[in-house]
Amino acid sequence: MSASARQVIVIGGGLGGLWATLALAEAGHRVMLFSLFEVMRSHSACAQGGINAVLDMKGQHDSVQQHIVDTIKGGSYLANQPPIQSMCEDAPGLIRTFERMGVTFSRTPEGLLDQRLFGGVKHKRTCFAGASTGQQLLYGVDQQVRRLETEGKVEKQEWWEFLSIVKDVDGVCRGIVAMDLRSLEVRAFRADAVVLASGGLGQIYAPKTTCSTNSTGAAASRVYQQGARFANAEFFQFHPTAMLGEDKTRLMTEAARGEGGRVWVPKDPGDRREPLRIPESERFYFLEDWYPSYGNTVPRDIAARAIWKVTRELGLGVGGADAGESRDRVYLDLTHLDRNFVSTRLGAILSIYRKFAGQDPLETPMEIFPAAHYAMGGLWVDYEKDPTRGGMKAGSPRNHATNIPGLYACGECDYAYHGANRLGANSLLSASYSGRVAGEAVASYLSGLEQGAEAAPAALFETESRRQADLNQQFSRPRGDQNPFRLHRELGALMTTQVGVVRDNAELDAALSSLRELEQRFERLDLSESSRWANQSLAHARQVFDMVKLAQVMAASARARDECRGAHFKPAFDLAIPQGKFPGDPEFEAYRERWKANNADWLKTTVAEYHPDGPRIAFEPVDLGLLAPEQPRDYR
Amino acid sequence: MHAEANRQTVELRIRRQDRPNAAPYWQSFVLEARAGANVVSLLMDLREHCVTKDGERVDPVAFEHNCMEEVCGACAMLINGLPRPACSALIAELEAPIRLEPLPKFPVVRDLMVDRARMFEHLKQVKAWVRIDGAWDNHERAPRISPQDWAANYLYSRCMSCGCCMAACPQVGSDQAFVGPAPLAQVRLMNAHPTGRYDKTERLHAIMAEGGLSDCGNAQNCVRVCPKAIPLTTAIGELGRQTTLQALKDLFGND
Ligand SMILES: Cc1cc2nc3c(=O)[nH]c(=O)nc-3n(C[C@H](O)[C@H](O)[C@H](O)COP(=O)(O)OP(=O)(O)OC[C@H]3O[C@@H](n4cnc5c(N)ncnc54)[C@H](O)[C@@H]3O)c2cc1C
Ligand code: SF4
Ligand code: SF4
Ligand code: FES
Repeated sequence: MSASARQVIVIGGGLGGLWATLALAEAGHRVMLFSLFEVMRSHSACAQGGINAVLDMKGQHDSVQQHIVDTIKGGSYLANQPPIQSMCEDAPGLIRTFERMGVTFSRTPEGLLDQRLFGGVKHKRTCFAGASTGQQLLYGVDQQVRRLETEGKVEKQEWWEFLSIVKDVDGVCRGIVAMDLRSLEVRAFRADAVVLASGGLGQIYAPKTTCSTNSTGAAASRVYQQGARFANAEFFQFHPTAMLGEDKTRLMTEAARGEGGRVWVPKDPGDRREPLRIPESERFYFLEDWYPSYGNTVPRDIAARAIWKVTRELGLGVGGADAGESRDRVYLDLTHLDRNFVSTRLGAILSIYRKFAGQDPLETPMEIFPAAHYAMGGLWVDYEKDPTRGGMKAGSPRNHATNIPGLYACGECDYAYHGANRLGANSLLSASYSGRVAGEAVASYLSGLEQGAEAAPAALFETESRRQADLNQQFSRPRGDQNPFRLHRELGALMTTQVGVVRDNAELDAALSSLRELEQRFERLDLSESSRWANQSLAHARQVFDMVKLAQVMAASARARDECRGAHFKPAFDLAIPQGKFPGDPEFEAYRERWKANNADWLKTTVAEYHPDGPRIAFEPVDLGLLAPEQPRDYR
Repeated sequence: MHAEANRQTVELRIRRQDRPNAAPYWQSFVLEARAGANVVSLLMDLREHCVTKDGERVDPVAFEHNCMEEVCGACAMLINGLPRPACSALIAELEAPIRLEPLPKFPVVRDLMVDRARMFEHLKQVKAWVRIDGAWDNHERAPRISPQDWAANYLYSRCMSCGCCMAACPQVGSDQAFVGPAPLAQVRLMNAHPTGRYDKTERLHAIMAEGGLSDCGNAQNCVRVCPKAIPLTTAIGELGRQTTLQALKDLFGND
């Protein structure tokens, strides 16, 4: 290792963290990699669908430019355009690198990479590996990191939970404090730079989420509470069709609707008959009714809102009023389709549903509901624009830097690429790409660093680890009747209802006060567990507390944004397209002007900063250098 | 089917252990299981309210899980005596009372949590990776792979290191050196890759050494329990042929 080799800490071993680790180790630095468990178990393994890159393998004249435009428009122009440009340009090279690692991408008859169509775009641009793309990509980088481990370049700290960063007097990040999830030892680690790659935050909506348990957002919340800015927190993607479950809701891909699946509820919500005994005339096919030209294939967000309306506003969920919580259900029906066709086209869904519901979608309609899926928002990160090429400047130390010097963020925990909504198969790309960019940026940062963490006084580290140990003590002392797992459930229910698919300012105000009350209830916490070894209740309670803090940012950001954009839907501020009018019609052009005026007001990044009384919300401009917003989205 | 229609109560008998070297003991819990409940969802319920069948309030049962979709491999345990992922073990399909024990062959951390670090050490030992020059774009594609080869390789690439096969294998043990079926299958996978093949000799030597392929007694237990239906014994058979050839090459030196 060269004399200039420095110590870096990467937190998280999903696609983002492992790519950052590879880039840093290959630049000659020592990496210590922290994860809640063996890194190959990270949430990235759950992604089934695929990863986008323009390879134009299907004779469709696909272009990088088109990928950029689709990503910008998919995000309703809210994302800064230079990072999107660079990501789309570098995507093919990233896929080639994954392929060299041995990732088992699906093949064409000629043995080349196969590509398929994915939601929201017109070109076959998505590479995939059977029905387990995320798993295969994750294992590809996991294997490379394991190789670097044997070469002494990477040291894994699995089963350690990140608790906080350590800042010096100048506010520069000089290391972290973490807890051994087995011995519960709390310890400080010095580092010349820290990369946070802790993933998404769908668990804030548990159990109505498709995310794994590692997606709590707690780590991002912790650095936010230490001064890192958090951007676009109100933008959260809900997937319309997730199968129900007590532990989590599992994703049923869009293909189910694309291949002819029909969504319906009984007209009489109290109808107790088995669904197939309900005659056609007594079923309400609400998507077909409300969106005659698209029917069941309306985009994700439209479908989610319609299901929300049917169940929560019209009270037409399956089972009706006396079903209580479980009326959050509608049918996704494949039983009218040809069995062989469904088995070949939707085999993966059939097997998941059979495995986890114990029922066969060929025999009975599936029961589904929208679920929290992907956080577009995340830690605010910087970039340096390349003045000649227009994208991000390669190797700039500003890329993926948070506002805390020495602290970087990548993967789903940053906010950079998806604006107000994410296109399918674009986030395995952004997680991987941002990891590599963050790694390269940290390497540049380190080469300009005059003094490393070794010079920081020991007292800094001692103080912070004592503070964290004290917090553990405080959480462990029984002080009342509040169970951390129950608090988590309440948080999920509250967020699902009040900061979910459909938003309303009065509801958001109520949510903010409920969240403050939820936070106060931690003063009466009782872990119901006294073990000093592998105490999961302690770790969970601390996570839930930080999730509540982050939920406040989400609710406050949603409250602040009085418009509809992408996944953020506030009907009171909806600018509806005049019915039956098209570009050129005066009514449509008047609408276009209203749409532009709204952009002038609201096309800006939401930035939250921590304050003990609650988040402070501000806005900053978006770089629209490549494509100015002229075209409102029109899905008629 | 309506969720309320088939609620049922179910008894869990759980083998607990407070610490790595503490003595194990059994406790029983009676819980309500809703339609679609699985072993992980019941263990989650238990965290909130952990009272034994006899009414004694006890510490929650420690267990591992992450994806709840049978893809991360975290939640493997012995369920009614069989090693399998807990998240895909539906209560309605299990005989009650349901016995839960930590995955054997691995040291217990606490309750149903085990330490599978050994399995990852074995992956290092057999060099289960494709050696690349670096994780940058070198503007070269990897070589082509026929759809037939892809289909065969893909089966092995789905191994989620859950450890079920290791738990079932009579030759794997904490005091034995045998690397076990999952890492062997990864050797099969890497040796089949067009550039992974460049390090085939080294991998074969690794499994021809002590604790390697010859320790496999061909009992076939592994392949029966793998939740991902990975053809482990097929891999072991293929590796048998590869190592035989390698031994000849080593002898006559014509590599
Ligand atoms: C069901 C599902 C399907 C999806 N399918 C697709 C798809 O087909 N295509 C697509 O592009 N995207 C898809 N996505 C999105 C995509 O999977 C994720 O955005 C992406 O994998 C996130 O990667 P990551 O590296 O940021 O985080 P993760 O993979 O979640 O990794 C987070 C890491 O951080 C660690 N960590 C977290 N907190 C701490 C802490 N406090 N201390 C230490 N370590 C910590 C964890 O241990 C873990 O290693 C899907 C998402 C879901 C929910
Ligand atoms: S076939 Fe070999 S590896 Fe599989 S269980 Fe038997 S002895 Fe173990
Ligand atoms: S081979 Fe199968 S049983 Fe063994 S670790 Fe892999 S997935 Fe688990
Ligand atoms: S929780 Fe991931 S395999 Fe069961």
